[in-house]
Amino acid sequence: MTDWTAATATQIAEAVRNGSVSAVAIIDGCLNKIDTHDTAIGAFTHVARDRARARAADIDARIKRGEDPGPLAGVPFAVKNLFDVEGIATLAGSKINRDLAPAARDAVLVERLEANGAILVGALNMGEYAYDFTGENYHDGPSRNPHAPDHMTGGSSGGSGAAAAAGFVPLTLGSDTNGSIRVPSSLCGLFGLKPTYGRLSRSGSFPFVASLDHLGPLARSAADLALSYNAMTGADPADPVCTDRVDPPVSLTPGTGIDDLRIAKAGGFFEEGGHQEAFDAVAKICSALAVNQTLPIENAALARASAYLITMAEGASLHLDRLRTRHADFDPDVRDRLLAGAMIPGAWVTKAQKFRGRFRAQMQALFEEVDVLIAPATPCVAPRTGQKTFVLGGKELPVRPNLGIFTQPISFIGLPVVSVPVWLEGSKLPIGIQIITAPWREDIALRVAAWLEENGHVIAPAARLKEKAA
Amino acid sequence: MTQDDFDAQAIAQNMLAYLGLPDEPAYRPGITFHLTTARAIASGLLELPMDDDAEPAPVFKP
Repeated sequence: MTDWTAATATQIAEAVRNGSVSAVAIIDGCLNKIDTHDTAIGAFTHVARDRARARAADIDARIKRGEDPGPLAGVPFAVKNLFDVEGIATLAGSKINRDLAPAARDAVLVERLEANGAILVGALNMGEYAYDFTGENYHDGPSRNPHAPDHMTGGSSGGSGAAAAAGFVPLTLGSDTNGSIRVPSSLCGLFGLKPTYGRLSRSGSFPFVASLDHLGPLARSAADLALSYNAMTGADPADPVCTDRVDPPVSLTPGTGIDDLRIAKAGGFFEEGGHQEAFDAVAKICSALAVNQTLPIENAALARASAYLITMAEGASLHLDRLRTRHADFDPDVRDRLLAGAMIPGAWVTKAQKFRGRFRAQMQALFEEVDVLIAPATPCVAPRTGQKTFVLGGKELPVRPNLGIFTQPISFIGLPVVSVPVWLEGSKLPIGIQIITAPWREDIALRVAAWLEENGHVIAPAARLKEKAA
Repeated sequence: MTQDDFDAQAIAQNMLAYLGLPDEPAYRPGITFHLTTARAIASGLLELPMDDDAEPAPVFKP
């Protein structure tokens, strides 16, 4: 009997569409696995059982009538709990938002996935208000890394990483302001897509830093990223940042080469400060791709600094009233960062935004020379749950703001990135590598990811979970 | 003045009052840590010469 919880979204959709398995059976298997294992993993904060079962029955009925339910037919997915889900409050990882009225409708990306046949099964744990790289939630507990439950998932989309890596669902959605899709993708051994800034609508999601917020998918194959990405693209006047440009859907054809692409390793800042496994993983991917040039990325540290300051200030601005009236209800770590963020001088933030324009121009010039840059996604494999500090570049630093040092300069200027999962020989934990391309070239990043997967250089298996004690 | 020549405690105390934010003793160590960290992170950016006509990118288009 096929274990569909280990299957990819692409495999599930194909099987449901051709009638080899029902959507109801897929959802039953998925819910059963969540019920059996999620107490130990901590991925979900809400499981939409009735909704998912009703939706699955509807998909099966449509197939029986000869209708086409869409390319994601019967694919279970779940979303970080900052996405609106009709009928429940949008927590954004907080205690405070539990007082909000239930969402009146789903987030636009949820609607678009379901319009293509996918089935929402729940909302996922996350770091409070997305100000987090660990995946540890003060109120709901940590999401745990399915490959090693005493280790972090990374965050802030921690539940999104945990749910996909555990095989609860093949597809999750997360948000990425400074790295919150790419960090859990790295630590949980997943493929993660942070699209170009403005590519996917953010309507119906709880914001963090409007000028840096992105949404995107995490999955166990590059093809699943492409499948879901194609279903989610499109203009949305309700999100002022969302692009109205129309690009062809991403098509990943097995056997497609990458010989026409100019690929370089990101040098300088991206070669410093990480643990050896990060650089070993870069070397492995660069060897696979026959990369023979390194381009130093000037000013990457300033890009990271600018993103850091904009995040502090914009985040504090968003939460200023809550800091006055509900300060005791915040995660203390988040609260103190936000209170300090309220004191960041406006002149610093404006200078950071000016530097953003300069760094964008610098990187646009670089993408005249290359099509793809390779960089580590995180400075190390997953730290242990509860670990507060680690040593980077000879300095002991707090884990929470520093797991994203290599992701932050890239999202600062909105470049599209696919994080791909590398398993180094002998390691029980994976680590991610960023495949970075020019704005709007998600197709190239996905193509490189798919080539690496097809040729066995990267892989994202569902974790083998321990059987629940009797 | 160097980046270390400031009194994070005094900044926190005055800014919390200025902004009408809670000044709880338990919050102070975290706030001053993040103020000090931010000042260190900002230092390179603040030293960077910037042309007068440099445009900020608050609504950013890649």
